[in-house]
Amino acid sequence: MSSTPHLRQLEAESIHILREVVAECQKPVLLYSIGKDSSVLLRLAEKAFYPAPIPFPLLHVDTGYKFREMIEFRDRYTAALGVKLIVQTNTAALKEGANPFEWGTQRCCGALKTTALLDGLRAGGFDAAIGGARRDEERSRAKERVFSFRDERGQWDPRNQRPELWNVFNTRVHPGESLRVFPLSNWTEIDVWEYIHAESIPIVPLYFAKPRPMLVRGEALLPIEQPFVPRLPGEEPRLVKCRMRSLGCSPCTGAIRSDAETVPQIIEELLATKRSERQNRVIDHDQDGSMELKKQEGYF
Amino acid sequence: MCAAALLPVSDPIETFLEQDQTNSLLRFITCGSVDDGKSTLIGRLLYDSQSVFEDQLESVTRASAGRHAGPIDFSLLTDGLRAEREQGITIDVAYRYFATPRRKFIIADTPGHEQYTRNMATGASTAELAVVLVDSRKGLLPQSKRHSFVASLLGIRHLVIAVNKMDIVGYSRAVFANIETQFRDFLSRFEKIETYFIPVSALAGDNVVLPSRNMPWFDGPPLLEYLEEVDVESECAEEPFRFPVQRVVRAGDGFRGYAGTVSSGSISAGTPVTAMPSGRTTTIERIATFDGDLNEASAGQAITLTLSDELDIARGDLFAPVNALPDLAHSLRATLIWMHADPGEAGKRYRLKHATQQVWASISEIHHAINIHTLQPETATRLEMNSISVVGIETSRALWFDSYQRNRATGSFILIDPATNATVAGGLIEGPGSHTRQTKESLLRDVNWAVKNGSLVISVPGLAHETDLSALDYRDALEALENLLNLLDVQVSNEQRDD
Repeated sequence: MSSTPHLRQLEAESIHILREVVAECQKPVLLYSIGKDSSVLLRLAEKAFYPAPIPFPLLHVDTGYKFREMIEFRDRYTAALGVKLIVQTNTAALKEGANPFEWGTQRCCGALKTTALLDGLRAGGFDAAIGGARRDEERSRAKERVFSFRDERGQWDPRNQRPELWNVFNTRVHPGESLRVFPLSNWTEIDVWEYIHAESIPIVPLYFAKPRPMLVRGEALLPIEQPFVPRLPGEEPRLVKCRMRSLGCSPCTGAIRSDAETVPQIIEELLATKRSERQNRVIDHDQDGSMELKKQEGYF
Repeated sequence: MCAAALLPVSDPIETFLEQDQTNSLLRFITCGSVDDGKSTLIGRLLYDSQSVFEDQLESVTRASAGRHAGPIDFSLLTDGLRAEREQGITIDVAYRYFATPRRKFIIADTPGHEQYTRNMATGASTAELAVVLVDSRKGLLPQSKRHSFVASLLGIRHLVIAVNKMDIVGYSRAVFANIETQFRDFLSRFEKIETYFIPVSALAGDNVVLPSRNMPWFDGPPLLEYLEEVDVESECAEEPFRFPVQRVVRAGDGFRGYAGTVSSGSISAGTPVTAMPSGRTTTIERIATFDGDLNEASAGQAITLTLSDELDIARGDLFAPVNALPDLAHSLRATLIWMHADPGEAGKRYRLKHATQQVWASISEIHHAINIHTLQPETATRLEMNSISVVGIETSRALWFDSYQRNRATGSFILIDPATNATVAGGLIEGPGSHTRQTKESLLRDVNWAVKNGSLVISVPGLAHETDLSALDYRDALEALENLLNLLDVQVSNEQRDD
């Protein structure tokens, strides 16, 4: 299947953004999450800089609780692409016993994701961090800029964003300040899948349905990769045919029941679905507007 | 029972992916005043086109408890930020996405408050069409005129005037006809604008996705159908070829190419082009992409060009057809939309980013401001937030450009405050400035050349600035010389080019 007109348009705009980052920023890095959006970003970066190699390193914030299959995919795929991979983990917090059940989701995310991310950016001296976030993911992201300014503490001020006109991007920052850059801003979840299909882009097998052991709690399917996931009295994992709609930490990413074993079947499932992609992520349900709070604190 | 459900469906997903081959993208903005029901209209488009997920709806239903409005407050679907939800108003541009089997849509949802002209300009800058909401009870208000003016100024050629809240005026044909007449009269001053007037009720759903049963007197397509069908075939395909160089690409095997996005027109391998600002002519050798070389590339495509000979080309340079060059000048006339609380002043220096080039610039003259209420010119001494003014701009080195009305990509720029790095203005170029500039050749006559301690030193009268040329290589020397000329040119004595 070849690309559709609207995918070619989105692709060209994203390539323009990636080239603009490299042309104007001192030291960019790509925040690699291993998910489908990251896979798309990598393909776009290959295209943007062809025939030269991808000119920036990848930074993966590894909480220690990612799915085993994600880490295997990460190491295999980045090695095949020949890109430099930096892995950042908040080992101190892990030693203190950080996990979402002991610490609560907010505090655990704060330590393992936000702190590790800011540490990784500071350690590398990066002034621009390219991410795969899309505006259609969550309501607070609908107003995010393509080039989003962060102050010295890595924080985002929703009331003080630079206006962004045409595709003339203001990339200027003072020392210590930085930019988050979102080349996939205008893509939707369906666009991402159609592009993966059209371009045959490799993705983590967790996206495809197969029988997996899960704790079944009503509608929710909880993966049991981490031993600390608490069980109800008498509760045993069951084999359920399911897949992940978005990838995060295994204790906080719910699976969905699914028969979709191919990309077209996933697209078909999405067209029929009534639930948004982040719904199975536990993190968004702490309180209304919680993503916006996390962003103000520096979470991606 | 729905008849369609009984039809055998062979392979729905293959059919979908096939249909999607012809799917195009339409970017539009929605503008209206505070209570025109704009958020409700967008919520209705998203909801009725099934672009809203159940869990988002549940979260909105929870949040709307205690607020007025109907069973589902559609406006909550689009009011993203907490700050806004607390105030009950939309304060920034938000982008929404939805799709039908025939088209994909990106909505820039722009607030209608007077003080937020900057947001509307931002949303309009990338849009091909604007939906202007009018409250049927209030008719043609100054805001509606303002919205139409800003949309037209930013180069939008398609206006949909949606007369909303028709349910409140009893779906009256006369009310709609009256507003249409007044509005058409007003819009006649704008050139090249295609308009569509439509009576709707966003709250009740009349003429949004489905034709209204309450207004049989209206026989046009409902809003969504119009948006699916409207032909916004880009005018930039017809403009001459423009290719601003984004990056020089060097690869291991001696590859040297120029990466960028085609702004307008098209190019094919083997075509001669002129590089700006040098004016040197060369020939396009290859159009390289990751997916293989192309024979031809057109507006919107991100490509890498190689040349048949080695020219010294850098980021910010432009390739254009030999016989259709853009303007090249140090001085230009432009409309500025001021977007920052710190007012703009003549004489103050800014960074100007135009396509892929950045230069120092200053506002040399404020010709006039445009009164946003009367749309009449008036005198101005400063550029206040949300003002629209026509100014003269001087740049530290010559810029290539087209007029904004001909070419959005090569006719637009932003101004950045070098102290705060804030984007303070958006600029639309009208053309070269009236100010007559000295040519570089005549400026060269003013340069003093001297040999000091065995080095060639050049200096410019009146400037305490000397450059030792012998320590530099050829290109650096030329740049140093150009810097000196620029210094003389804009009467700036204390800063070097930093780009």
